Amino acid sequence: MPGFDFSNHNRNAALHAQGVPLPKATSTGTTIVGCLYDGGVVIAADTRATSGPIVADKNCEKLHYISPQIWCAGAGTAADTEFTTALISSNLELHALSTGRAPRVVTCMTLLKQHLFRYQGHIGAYLVVAGVDPTGAHLFTVHAHGSTDKLPYVTMGSGSLAAMSVFETSWKRSLSRDDAVKLCADAIQAGIFNDLGSGSNVDVAKTTLMRNYITPNVREKKQRNYRFERGTTAVLAEKVIKREEISKYVTVHELGEEGVAGAAEKMDVDP
Amino acid sequence: MSSPFSINGGACVAMTGKDCVAIACDLRLGLQALTISNNFPKIFSYSPSVYLGLTGLATDVSTVADLFRYKVNMYRLREERQIAPRTFANLVSSSLYERRFGPYFVSPVVAGIDDGGKPFICGFDSIGCIDFAKDFIVSGTASDQLLGLGPEDLFETISQALLNAVDRDALSGWGAHVYIIEKDKVTKRLLKGRQD
Repeated sequence: MPGFDFSNHNRNAALHAQGVPLPKATSTGTTIVGCLYDGGVVIAADTRATSGPIVADKNCEKLHYISPQIWCAGAGTAADTEFTTALISSNLELHALSTGRAPRVVTCMTLLKQHLFRYQGHIGAYLVVAGVDPTGAHLFTVHAHGSTDKLPYVTMGSGSLAAMSVFETSWKRSLSRDDAVKLCADAIQAGIFNDLGSGSNVDVAKTTLMRNYITPNVREKKQRNYRFERGTTAVLAEKVIKREEISKYVTVHELGEEGVAGAAEKMDVDP
Repeated sequence: MSSPFSINGGACVAMTGKDCVAIACDLRLGLQALTISNNFPKIFSYSPSVYLGLTGLATDVSTVADLFRYKVNMYRLREERQIAPRTFANLVSSSLYERRFGPYFVSPVVAGIDDGGKPFICGFDSIGCIDFAKDFIVSGTASDQLLGLGPEDLFETISQALLNAVDRDALSGWGAHVYIIEKDKVTKRLLKGRQD
């Protein structure tokens, strides 16, 4: 059961051979950054998700929870960043439970790189891993092919050049926590405004998530009312399904609303 | 040859209102420019207040709709309760991601009302990335006035949004179904649409 299901692969490959283009996955044409400061680490991300040139989601979450003290920013194929981080978060929790120790950032990074290397870059997840563990504060980048970096400040995604220019001008070795948050937020804003793949708001994570830390692109209130008058739409047929008769339209009849709890109570249980 | 997403055509949209959600689809099934059927619904129900809209390659629309019917039936037998919209959304997401390297060519939309009576809608790409939205899924631009609409006004908004969209798309249209889902009732309407 675990792992991927390739049963549609041959069909889709045959279709592709006939010239059918592959489906467009939602990608996080993204700006994600991270930077170390005295005694900690900060990561930040923009909130735009794109599908080709279309903005698919204006306020998506690119900062993924790994463990209480480890967070991960994701760029690349949105589904891949979402599921890869969820899988590793799960494995790391089991590892922490079996060792009885707080999970380490290196462990998380190693699990991620081994998983991504196994799939030879086909899982398009580009990640910034950051966190604090008993050995200190750590910051890594993990590429889809499995390579990793350990640097004091990092950027990834299509807005990485814009963001890196901010770090290269303003980063210094000793930063306070607030300075580091501001520096990361500035780097993300450089991506939001200078990279077309990035946009909307800034999310920041230290060890807790600061969702929509900066919202420089708030939607204006509409000047006019665009509501449709009631009765605008011509209706040919109408059917109202009340809650009482809803059971007729679902596949299993025996389990009604109240029947759920009732049936469980009546059931014979081994002594 | 064209993309598998645009061979059969189709459109689907979901919106939230005050204590209600709406989901609507067109009824056309086509083969490129040739219309095969004008009665091919793309919305499927999986529990009293969980609805799934599926557009894309029609063969996959049917396959995926039946696959989820099977999975939700198994869930209901195992758990002895109806599936919640958010649980169903996660089931859709992980089922699609399982086929990351051989996907179904579908773009699902989930609409429903959860146990607390709160509206829930979300959309997915073909490999299961969830797009949580608070106002609407699939359409052009959002409007703040949309939020807080009652079921009657929400019906007009979603119907006009869908009808005007499919009138400008040669591959969609030929009638439409609209579901308005409230806490204790669901209203299904067949819209009068252009037949050209």
